[in-house]
Amino acid sequence: MRRLAPALGLVPFLGFLAIFLLVPTIAVVVGAFVEEDQPSLSNIQALFDDVVMRTLWNSVVLSGSSAIIGAVLGALLAYAVVTGRPDGLLRRSVTAACGVLAQFGGVTLAFAFIATLGFSGVITEIGRDTFGIDLFGSGWLFGLKGLTLVYTYFQIPLMVIVFLPSLDGMRAQWREAAESLGASTWQFWRHVAGPLLLPAFLGSTLLLFANAFAAYATAAALVSQGSPIMPLLVRNALTSEIVLGQQHLAFALALDMIVVVVIVMTLYVLLVRRTSRWLR
Amino acid sequence: MTASPRVRARRRLAAFRITVFVVLGAFFVVPLLSMASFSVRVPARGRTLDYWKQLGENPELRSAIVTSLELAALTVALMLVLLVPTMVWVRLRVPGLSRIVEFLCLLPLTIPAIVLVVGLEGVYAWVTYFFGDSSLTLTFAYTVLVLPYAYRSIDAGLASIDVVTLSEAARSLGASWFTVIVRIIVPNIGSALLSAAFISVALVLGEFTIASLLNYENLQVVINLLGKSDAQTAVAASLASLLFAFVLLVLLSFVGRRSSRRVTATVAPAPATSTTTPREA
Repeated sequence: MRRLAPALGLVPFLGFLAIFLLVPTIAVVVGAFVEEDQPSLSNIQALFDDVVMRTLWNSVVLSGSSAIIGAVLGALLAYAVVTGRPDGLLRRSVTAACGVLAQFGGVTLAFAFIATLGFSGVITEIGRDTFGIDLFGSGWLFGLKGLTLVYTYFQIPLMVIVFLPSLDGMRAQWREAAESLGASTWQFWRHVAGPLLLPAFLGSTLLLFANAFAAYATAAALVSQGSPIMPLLVRNALTSEIVLGQQHLAFALALDMIVVVVIVMTLYVLLVRRTSRWLR
Repeated sequence: MTASPRVRARRRLAAFRITVFVVLGAFFVVPLLSMASFSVRVPARGRTLDYWKQLGENPELRSAIVTSLELAALTVALMLVLLVPTMVWVRLRVPGLSRIVEFLCLLPLTIPAIVLVVGLEGVYAWVTYFFGDSSLTLTFAYTVLVLPYAYRSIDAGLASIDVVTLSEAARSLGASWFTVIVRIIVPNIGSALLSAAFISVALVLGEFTIASLLNYENLQVVINLLGKSDAQTAVAASLASLLFAFVLLVLLSFVGRRSSRRVTATVAPAPATSTTTPREA
């Protein structure tokens, strides 16, 4: 009893988390297997419906493409930063700006792009009045293409933040050793730096994928018609009571999202473990 | 003789860096400038600040701003009350549980807010029953959301001081556990608490998902609604909230830098030396 007493100090904290984090999570998992107050697999079966599968695929494509574009451009930016002075003003301001922009999402970001490329957006009007180009098109900004562009805006800074430490871990001696053995720049990247950085790069890409997959607010504010991606389909199932004839579909869709995120994050952890062997 | 390929490589690197900074810089700056321009523009009549004046005058927007600021303050308070004693206690008395606490605190990072909201609906039926139907009850959900970020900065703060020695010294002089936490530990991790508070405020002011799906009104929900009727005021409000978050997070990066410098300078600072204690704790 005396040995257990100190652990009692954690009761408020654990109690709070139990109510507001564990109960909701468990409710999602259990709720996915309930329909009309009866245990049922009908919600899980509904996940294999064409509409849901197509939406999931859209989400995977959107998250994947914005993650890859963000990872490549973010890695380039991170490399441009790393090759500068380590304590220079440029590096400090770029990392500070990335810290802010990676958090910049949601409704605000959607409005930023509506003000830029929307029907009466600033760039759209410049294109229309000055160059006679119709940048607005048929409203691509409000569909999947637009979401990919808009998501890239917070993916690049996130990539810089998570990938910069790995680039910092590269040592000048590696390059010197390779050069003294007669390696060209291409050979150095192909055989030394590339393989060393690859796990970190892939791990960061997975993190970006999960980040985009979970994002809701930007899409909710931007997409005007239908529910092309999973988070919006969850909203639809939550607010309009019955989708595909299932009351508890929101729970099953949420479970579906948890499964994807857990798979991605597990791969991420495995890759990070591999990276940390080389780069500290 | 070897200088010429070296010089060429350096020139290529410089060209690469300039290209990257200019192209990506434009990508990040253009939408922000567009927002600013969009929010002061009147078709065929030039510029106006009317939409910015709306921020103070539009009653819905004003009450939403107040609600969001109150939510930010309440979330910071609940986060500090919940997290600081628990984390100090774990370090001092039950270090065996530190992995579990860390896991629980970082868990919200892997659960999308849109998923959490599905499970929270049932919980909020009870919250409404006990606390009424105020938007301020969102404090509970927001405390969960800010937990991973707050945990990280407080953990870094605690790691930079010798919690065990400090508290043993205080205890041997007769201090109670309450005194140890409030008068010994908290003043020494002031900047860590400040950065935890800043990031929490920034997150709460930008939150949309949970508020909108649980049918509460906060700043982002109202901005989104406004966007359907009065896009320019909505853009002005977005830009204002964004600038506010910018300022907070830039301040945060300064606080973070100063605290990391202090860590290397002092091993176990005496409580009396910390003149920069934030008072809100």
